Amino acid sequence: MTDVKVNLVSSQKLESMSAEEKISYILREVKQGEVLVLERGLTPQEQSQLIERTMESIDTDGKKHKFIGIEMEGYRDDGRPTWLQKVLGVIRPPRMTVIGPADKLKTIHKDNDVIQTIILGK
Amino acid sequence: MGFFGRLKAVFQSILGKKHVRIGIYGPPNAGKTTLANRIARDFSGDVVGSVSEIPHETRRAQRKDNVVIQNGASSLTIDIIDTPGIATKVDFHDFMEHGMNEEDSKRRAKEATEGVIEAIRWLDNVDGVILLMDSTRNPFTQVNVTIIGNLEARDLPVLIAANKIDLDGSTPATIKSAFSQHEVIPISALTGYNIDTLYEGMVKVFGKGRRK
Repeated sequence: MTDVKVNLVSSQKLESMSAEEKISYILREVKQGEVLVLERGLTPQEQSQLIERTMESIDTDGKKHKFIGIEMEGYRDDGRPTWLQKVLGVIRPPRMTVIGPADKLKTIHKDNDVIQTIILGK
Repeated sequence: MGFFGRLKAVFQSILGKKHVRIGIYGPPNAGKTTLANRIARDFSGDVVGSVSEIPHETRRAQRKDNVVIQNGASSLTIDIIDTPGIATKVDFHDFMEHGMNEEDSKRRAKEATEGVIEAIRWLDNVDGVILLMDSTRNPFTQVNVTIIGNLEARDLPVLIAANKIDLDGSTPATIKSAFSQHEVIPISALTGYNIDTLYEGMVKVFGKGRRK
């Protein structure tokens, strides 16, 4: 069994990055087999961009050290944006999120209050 | 979306639209194509695509235009976009477990990744979304959260359909609890159970103010 690094990433580090930088950083770390716990997660748009970039990165030809995608779980925002927030395009800060390689990080249970995961060392 | 685009979206949500493009979204195997076929068959006598137990059967967005949904005195003309299932991982070994050979599994995996990207990009080109969830599964998945978050950020109207209520272990109440700020309609796309309530909801949510 090999060790798996878990990196707790501060909100300050994430806020200093553009969306593109965040996604590139996350994918680079996860493809190296590391698990990230983001103090502040990604906005919905960033999440969908991350999924797109993940799909582009997936190895479908069956190499030995293949990348099959990510496991990502985070808490939802509380409630819907207000009318004024919609008009002004205000994006509320995302909440804590855990992201890792899909072959190592498995979600056991998730609800509004608890995210249970296991990390598989291979 | 700029300020005026957002303002337009808010006014459109109040005034209603005459003809809307509705995307059917959800994770793989939620029953999206079964629902698209059900809607198309009920109102135009046609089907949209083939269905399968193997995940990622739909790997390209499929559409059926000009479907007129009737609900009492109201009607709504929709273009249905049946989108590929959105996932965060695709492993060709999963397809081999369904009996596919390695070559076909790898091809399907490649096409599935492209389908996920296409589904996400369609979000910029729909007027509303039916988010389909399998009510026998835990709804608190990041795919569902990501889709809902994107719809809210774009201010797109959404109806959540809790599908497969004909199956044992179905718990649509869990979906209602997880996404209580949205309308959730329990259905069986396969048997048609409660499908009229979904049509009623579609006319109400996607065609505000639209009368025949």
